[in-house]
This record gives sequence, C-alpha cells and structure tokens, in this order.
Amino acid sequence: MEYMIKSLKVAVWFMFLTFPIVVIKVNTIENIVIWRWHNMFYMGVGIFFVSMLWRYFLERKDRVGKKSAAERINITQTIMENPKILRTLIISVLTILCIFPFVTDSYQINIMTVALMYIVLGLGLNIVVGLAGLLDLGFVAFYAVGAYTYALLNYHFGLSFWVVLPIGALMATIFGILLGFPVLRLRGDYLAIVTLGFGEIIRLVLENWNEFSMGPSGIANIDRPTIYGFDMTLTQATIFIYFLMVVFTVFTVFFVNRLQNSRIGRAWLALREDEIACQAMGVGRTRTKLMAFALGATWAGLMGVVFAAKTTFINPASFTFLESAIILSVVVLGGMGSIPGVIIGALIMILLPEYLRAFSEYRMLVFGGAMVVMMVFRPQGLISNYRRKYSFHSADGRFGK
Amino acid sequence: MEGLVSSMEHILDVKDLTMDFGGLRAVDSVDLYVDKKEIVALIGPNGAGKTTFFNCITGIYNPSKGDIKAITHSGAAARLNGLKPNRVTERGLARTFQNIRLFQNMTVLENVMIGKHCRMKAKVLGALLRDRRTRAEELKAANESYEILEKIGLAKFSDEIASNLPYGAQRKLEIARAMATEPSLLLLDEPAAGMNPQETRELTDLIRQIRDNEDISILLIEHDMKLVMNLSERIYVMDHGQKIAEGTPVDIRNNPEVIKAYLGEDIDA
Ligand SMILES: Nc1ncnc2c1ncn2[C@@H]1O[C@H](COP(=O)(O)OP(=O)(O)OP(=O)(O)O)[C@@H](O)[C@H]1O
Ligand SMILES: [Mg+2]
Repeated sequence: MEYMIKSLKVAVWFMFLTFPIVVIKVNTIENIVIWRWHNMFYMGVGIFFVSMLWRYFLERKDRVGKKSAAERINITQTIMENPKILRTLIISVLTILCIFPFVTDSYQINIMTVALMYIVLGLGLNIVVGLAGLLDLGFVAFYAVGAYTYALLNYHFGLSFWVVLPIGALMATIFGILLGFPVLRLRGDYLAIVTLGFGEIIRLVLENWNEFSMGPSGIANIDRPTIYGFDMTLTQATIFIYFLMVVFTVFTVFFVNRLQNSRIGRAWLALREDEIACQAMGVGRTRTKLMAFALGATWAGLMGVVFAAKTTFINPASFTFLESAIILSVVVLGGMGSIPGVIIGALIMILLPEYLRAFSEYRMLVFGGAMVVMMVFRPQGLISNYRRKYSFHSADGRFGK
Repeated sequence: MEGLVSSMEHILDVKDLTMDFGGLRAVDSVDLYVDKKEIVALIGPNGAGKTTFFNCITGIYNPSKGDIKAITHSGAAARLNGLKPNRVTERGLARTFQNIRLFQNMTVLENVMIGKHCRMKAKVLGALLRDRRTRAEELKAANESYEILEKIGLAKFSDEIASNLPYGAQRKLEIARAMATEPSLLLLDEPAAGMNPQETRELTDLIRQIRDNEDISILLIEHDMKLVMNLSERIYVMDHGQKIAEGTPVDIRNNPEVIKAYLGEDIDA
C-alpha cells in the first residue's frame, strides 16, 4: 500500500515533468497548440507500473539476501504451479489478442504484429542462447534466409506463401546446421564472434550478389498471404497477418514449452551448465548443439517468410547486426530460458519504443541503459527460468505438471 | 555363450595406458583391471596422474598410447580408445568428478534424469507431439531417477536446485547422476573429498551397498586412507604417472615403495 502511494507520487511527478514534451504540441502552420492529454495519461500509468515494478524488484532483491534461497517467493513460479491461475491468464491474454484488431486501427495492429514476430524470434533464439547457452550473434541470418527464400521463390516461380512457409523453415534449418558444424567446438566469446561473422556474411552475400538477390535494391512486390485466392483489402490483409502471427505465437509457445520439458530440452540445459559433465553423463554434444542451432533457426526462417509477406518488400538492410542485437536483447532482458520472460521482453523492446515516441530517438541509449540496469539488478532477466517440479506423492507414481 | 566368456573377463582391462601433455608424461604405461563386483582403489600423491587416468578411460582425453577394453552395457567386450565421452557412458562406464561438476541451475531430479538421457529414445518429434510412448518414457525416467535418489538418500531434495545442496549432498548427487546412466562400472574421483568423518562413514556404506545391490563394479580415487583400506579389495598406487604398486590393502600398507612415495611427498610439501 505504501508502495502504491509512493509509486503514485512518482507517476504524478513524471506526468508533470514530461508534460511539455508529450502533451503540448505546437502546430506552427496554423499557430495553435494541440493538447495531447491522453499521452499524459499513458505516461502516468506507465510510470506508475514501472515504479511499482522497480520497487518490487528492489525489495525482492533485499529479501532474497535475507531469506534462504529455498523459501524464496517467486510470482512466476506461483503462477506456473497453479493451473487455474495459469489457465485464466492464458485465456484472458488470448481474448485480448482476439479483440485487439477490432478496437484499434491498422497502425496499432501492425505494431502488435511486429511485437508478436519478435516474440517468436525471441523464443527461437531462446532455444540457442537461453536453453543451450550458445551465444549466437548472427541469428538474423536465418531470418534473412527465410525472407529471401520466400521473396525469390515468389518472384521467380510465383510460389505462394503457404507453399514457401515450410520451404523457408527448412532452408533456415539447413543453414542452422551449416553454421552449427564449424562452431561445434567453440564456446563463449569465440562462438559469439564466429556467429556474428556468419550473420554478416549472409548479409554481404545478399547485398553483393546482384544476379541472385538483386543486391541492395532488394525485392519488391512480394505477394501477401492469401486464403484460396480470396482477394483481401490492405486492412483485411493486415488483420489476417495479425491473426496468423497470433496462431504462430501460440504454437511456438506451446512447442517450445514442450521442447524444454523434454529429453532434448534437459540436454540443452545440461550442456549450458557444464559441457564436459554433460558429455560424461552420456549426452552427445554434436547432436545436441546442432539440434539447438537447427531448431532455433527454423523459427527464424518461419518468421522470415512472414516478414517478407508482411512488408512485401525486403532488402539486405533489414537484416543487419542491429536486428540480431534486438532479438538477443529480447531474450536477455526477458530472462534467458524463460518463455514468459521472452514474451514480456519482446513486448517491452518493441512496444515501449513505439508508444513512448519521446524515447524513440534515444532507443539505443535506453536499451543500453536498460541492459546495464538489468545486469546489476537481475542478471537472470526479468522473469527467471522456472524449473518444472515433479511430485511423487501419489501412490501410482504419477508425476505432475 | 557370451555371458560365460565375459564372466571370466575383467570388466575393465587397461593395458599400457600412456598420456602425454606436450613434454609431460602424466600417465606412463599403466596396466590396471577391475573384475566384476569388485571395489578397486587408485591412490597416489597429488599430481600422480590419477584424474588424468580417469579422463583417458572416459574419453575426455584421447590417450597417447595403450588399450582400454571393457565389458559393455550390453555384455559384449569393446575397445574404448578414441570414443567420445558420451559413447563411453553409453557402453556402461560412468564417472563422478573430483571438482564437483553438477548442473548447478537444474533441480536435483533433473540432474539425475540427465543421466537417463542415453537410455532414452525420444526425438524432437516425440517431444513436440508428446505421444504416448514419449510420455511413458519420461514417466519411467522420472520414476527411476527418483528411486535412485531414494537409494542415495537425496529424495527429500528432489525439487531443490542443485547448487543449493550442502556440499556432502552434492558429492552424493554426482554419484546418483552417474548411477542413472545404468553403468556396469562406476568411476569415483575422490568421492569423500571435503566430507566430515560422519559423512565419510555413510559414503563408505553407500558405496558398498551400490556394489552389493546394484551389481556395479567400482574404481575409486581417494586420499582418505581409512575409506580406501576399509572398502577396497585391491589397490593400485600411482606416482609421477607410473604404477608403483598393486595389491591387497595389507600389501599396500607394508609396501616400502608406497611409503616412500607418500613420505617423499610430505618432505616436499
Ligand atoms: N589438460 C592438461 N594439460 C596439461 N597438463 C595436465 C593436464 N591435466 C593434468 N595435467 C598434469 O598432469 C599431472 C597429473 O594430474 P592429475 O590431475 O591427473 O593428478 P591427480 O593424481 O589426479 O592429482 P590430485 O590427487 O591432486 O587430484 C599434473 O602434473 C597435471 O599438472
Ligand atoms: Mg585428481
């Protein structure tokens, strides 16, 4: 309660502070002042929650220090362990996602679609970085592979979105394995540098091999996804892609969750924790690593196809290192290895700069600052990795969740 | 019959094993064998090459010279030279580490379940679809892992994150994890290091129980002479990479070479 009041004060203070920037807008042509009060409201609510969050984490950081780690309270854990709360949460999020496009304009829908794409990309990279612990700085390469697969096949052969979707994913998987082989023995910094180089190679090839990829000018007029040749207006297409992304996101969350609680998911975690012990316990390093690269790349490839279909135009400039860095930030910010973490991370990374336009020019600065703060307060990310618990209490030896 | 033959053979038979690190010969043509259901100790002063010997057998190093043969998980004889560590483990040799190498951020049960990895089959597709076979396999692995924890006395920690365990329990968890791979030979690298006398006594009983109840042979490296003398049927002594003695605990206790090696170490120190 005390926190609420404090946070409220902070919110009001910030609303006052940012008032000249976000509320007043002078239209110099007609010489009138536009009062954007709604911005003030957003600012207030935003700051209020940020402040609450900040206090919560600060307090928790103190508490963890005092209490023994065993009795640490963890909201994620409470939610994950209680199927009722979890189900309610999932259903309400899905409902909001379904209603969303009908109560907002296509600009908002577009932003949300992008955010969902980053969730899926983040979850894909999360397999490589978060679960298997392989620092991959060239993830965008697989995204590019997917996008160019669709663009080129569509341009040359007129293949449709739905046909290319699996092909794009497969191409990315193959490239994932191709990258995986040479870097099998590398770890940490070395791995990061080589993957970074790989990402740049793909981009440079696309930029310079004009006959193949049409170079820097890119490929335009890529078909949007259709359903049985049904012609859609631009708005309809936007909404369609949005729902496509909702479905993709749900499937990705579902599959990644299954993956990480499986034999292979455990092996990834073990590989991340201790490579030698992991091998000595009978886990094949080659296989496990390649699998992580390949599966992570698959999702990037899928998103690449969607990206090409969504923007209808791609060029190598869309696949720079910055893109990799953003996806990586999503994973690191949200919490490595944690699905809800990546989701929140993507929403923060993509939505915040969009809605807080004031910061958009300082985007990189804010990201950098946020990363530093994260490393200090929560090196494990906003939402730390939750480990599944088994219960052996029932007589038939069934284990739960 | 295969079984008849193998019961006559050593479960592990190492001949002329040599390991060079550049100019340093860490293991110098060592012969060693372990029989079925035997507890064998490998001792020697610090830096004698014991851990390196283990690393060679378990595929972490590729030995410069020598022959490593073992009766595998399936009961057939096989040569282990040049195999990757996971292949060695698949063939029925499991180890623990001198400097504890648990999967720190995974739960105790998950640590043990990693040991089950090589006895499981589920592929990516199985994980995604979670079909009946995959579920049954997961269930079996979880249950078997839990049983191992019960045997080792760690069941109460099963949901705990491994790094939160007390030191002695972490050492035991290393053993539990190794046992999950269903080995026929367990290689323990200083299992009692850092344990108090009470814990060491418990560990002695535990190792004996594993041998008696699980049909597992044991080769252990240990500096705690009481444990070694209590537990082992035969002892090998290494110094400067060479095997300087082998025999029963009584032989070893009275062996002048061994006494010299250990005294020499004391004088150096
Ligand atoms: N990877 C390596 N590269 C170079 N030298 C090594 C390597 N591993 C071990 N050595 C050297 O080999 C020798 C034997 O080391 P080892 O760890 O096998 O000894 P140990 O008998 O296990 O000793 P301790 O009782 O202290 O564990 C040491 O001189 C060590 O420095
Ligand atoms: Mg050693």
